Amino acid sequence: MKQTARIISTYTSDASGVASALFELGGMTVIHDASGCNSTYNTHDEPRWYDTDSLVFVSAMTEMDAIMGDDEKVIGDIADAAQQLQPRFVAVCGTPIPMLVGTDFTAVAAAVEARTGIPAMGLATNGMHTYISGAGMALAAVARRFADRSAVCTNRRSVNLLGLTPLDFSVNGSDAAMRRLLTRAGWEIVSCWAMGSGLDELCRAGQAAVNLVVSSAGLPAARELQTLFGTPYVCAAPFGTAFPQTVLQTLEEAADTGVCSVPYTARPTAGAQTVLIGESVTSGSLAAAITAETGLPVRVLCPTEAQPALLAPGDCMAEDEDDLIPLLAGAQRIIADPMYRPICPAGSAFFPLPSEAFSGRIYRRSIPNLVGTPLV
Amino acid sequence: MLKRQMPDRIRAAVGVRMADAQLPAPFAGGLEYGAPARGMWNIVHTGMLIPGAHEIFVCAEGCLRGVVLTAAEMGAAERFSMISIRENNVLDGDMEELIIDGVTDILHKLPAMPPAVLLYTSCIHHFMACDLDRVFRTLRGRFPQVDFTDCYMNPIMRKSGLTPDQLMRRQLYSLLKKRPVNDKSVSLIGNDLPTDGTSELVRMIRENGFTLRDITACRTYGEYQLMAESFLSISTYPPARAGGDALEHRLGQRHLYLPWSADFDVIDQNLQTLAGVLGVPAPDTAAARRGALDALEQTRQLLNGKPVALDYTAVPRPMELARLLIRCGFNLTEIYIDAVSGEEEAAARWLQSHAPELMLYPTSDPMMRVAPRQAAEPPLCIGQKAAYFTGSDAFVNIVEGGGLYGFDGIARLAGLMADAELNRKDPRGLITVKGLGCGCCGI
Repeated sequence: MKQTARIISTYTSDASGVASALFELGGMTVIHDASGCNSTYNTHDEPRWYDTDSLVFVSAMTEMDAIMGDDEKVIGDIADAAQQLQPRFVAVCGTPIPMLVGTDFTAVAAAVEARTGIPAMGLATNGMHTYISGAGMALAAVARRFADRSAVCTNRRSVNLLGLTPLDFSVNGSDAAMRRLLTRAGWEIVSCWAMGSGLDELCRAGQAAVNLVVSSAGLPAARELQTLFGTPYVCAAPFGTAFPQTVLQTLEEAADTGVCSVPYTARPTAGAQTVLIGESVTSGSLAAAITAETGLPVRVLCPTEAQPALLAPGDCMAEDEDDLIPLLAGAQRIIADPMYRPICPAGSAFFPLPSEAFSGRIYRRSIPNLVGTPLV
Repeated sequence: MLKRQMPDRIRAAVGVRMADAQLPAPFAGGLEYGAPARGMWNIVHTGMLIPGAHEIFVCAEGCLRGVVLTAAEMGAAERFSMISIRENNVLDGDMEELIIDGVTDILHKLPAMPPAVLLYTSCIHHFMACDLDRVFRTLRGRFPQVDFTDCYMNPIMRKSGLTPDQLMRRQLYSLLKKRPVNDKSVSLIGNDLPTDGTSELVRMIRENGFTLRDITACRTYGEYQLMAESFLSISTYPPARAGGDALEHRLGQRHLYLPWSADFDVIDQNLQTLAGVLGVPAPDTAAARRGALDALEQTRQLLNGKPVALDYTAVPRPMELARLLIRCGFNLTEIYIDAVSGEEEAAARWLQSHAPELMLYPTSDPMMRVAPRQAAEPPLCIGQKAAYFTGSDAFVNIVEGGGLYGFDGIARLAGLMADAELNRKDPRGLITVKGLGCGCCGI
């Protein structure tokens, strides 16, 4: 594997995923990094940066900090800022050099917490994975740390939305549409992880009868909540007009039986001449939605981390250009972010579907809200 | 929440009176915040100034993300490729092979072989002691028709010797190959933006029969190589100085550092120095000096006491500009700056004596994230960060001096200030665009 990209982009990194997932929760996220991660995050990964004063900073690590293993500096700087800004919590995550020098993020967080009295979480990202990994890690840590253990489910039609991030859904009303769709179907929404809900709502997540994982960034939190409260989960995003009915039905079954499920993986993929590139849950759901509305089978190529259970038979992981190009050969139709277009075969029809996590803000205005929306 | 509760307290806590400022570092270091004012150029933008060159970055995904999208936003995705570093590369010690094989793979896939490759390595290569000599030796052997140079995206080294920005401006000219000296050719080096043709410096060079070469005007790799024939290279932007010294050492070009300045005596001295080296009559700058003062006076009258703010991204010497504005009667109230350059110590000391109440605010302090950004009386701003932090829509939208230089530059800046007052702008639409002037489209 040459790990090269002649022309395509790369996905938002794990460290930005942490910051994105925690953005609306009133905490303070510190990326242990020299510089660069802050401008990348606030320019390309975070559409809310200009309007929302969330606390995301870098540690401004220097060569000497790394060589001397000076964790006291980052601990002190975080503690100073936290004492001034009084966030609800502190999260500290990492990039390549902290990984290289073996920074113990759990210990750094514990030291910050001991010094400030503010809950702190260490998240061992290293800038070498995608946002799925970082956001997943962060949301799971929130569940572990803050979910109210005494919460009791009193409504069999109550749900948490997990993995609802602007990196997967942008800021185009998809989050509100999802809430609307579920509410109209009689579901009480306990919390949304993590757009449109504050930390207090997330703390009540144990009250929900079921969790709807709308992107794979929500799966680790779903598993954490399952461990803590026994809550089952369903992995699917309610795209299109037909597939949401399947999602709603599956949610009811999960709430009634306690059995977890990934409904979009039941779709046919054999002989698929339509290829969709993207994150596993959203792409798998969109593929199922397309099939439901058009009858066309769709195969998903997933360039981000994904559990095997999140892929349908026929879907596959494909991380690099070299992996993707042969898998695209012969496809009649390709649905993907416009930055994939240069590697698509000339004979295929290309349907642009921009992703905030891949092309950042470049095509933001063209990112559609597909929730409950007719696809054809 | 904090902002609503105690806005005045935040401003007071984070700002410092000029009289009380510790120089050259008025603010303690610590965590850093990044404001969404993105007009400053980065190493991707600057590297693209070499016509036809292809950039290849070798970093972890998190580092690659910002640079690949920089290239895409400036419409240069075809000239950008990358090699992703993963954990196994760190553990296996195969970094050299990863780079050599990756660059080879990319070059074979390009539709045409580029004349030059800028190969950017990162912090991790430094810490792993990657054998870059071997990497470049191998690549030059494999691709003799391609000029390779080493560039660096290693922000962790920003306080260890030359900064990544200085290194970039040095390496930008490292591909120039020695050729016979042309004593009628002069290079202006290290600027991202072309210097105004109306400036006294450019006019002196051109009007005396010299050819002015500037990478910002080069359209082909061949034109870029012609910069090697200049007998003189001039740097005016402080981060470019090291590049000029390197050229002098390597190609024998005489290097003159004639820094951007808002000090009329320095401007005069720069022009006298250049005239001496070119062997042309020293210019009479009295009229230009008067013209600059007249333009400033007109703008001062227009502003009629309105507060003025400026930031360090607008011009290379903000303290000198502040001193000039105050001397000319402007109501300069605040400067957004994180550190004061040693080149500006005299101007800063003057401000401490003559404008003790002038406020300095940092741009990267975490408290600036929650500081109120709607001034009761929004000032006229010079620079994007000042506009962002004050919420002003009256601002001069320039970075890195904006191509302004000399007395002409001061006069033009005064004109831009007047224009900013008369024609309001959309801060969000303008300042969030990366690399002002590099061709990036608005988002």
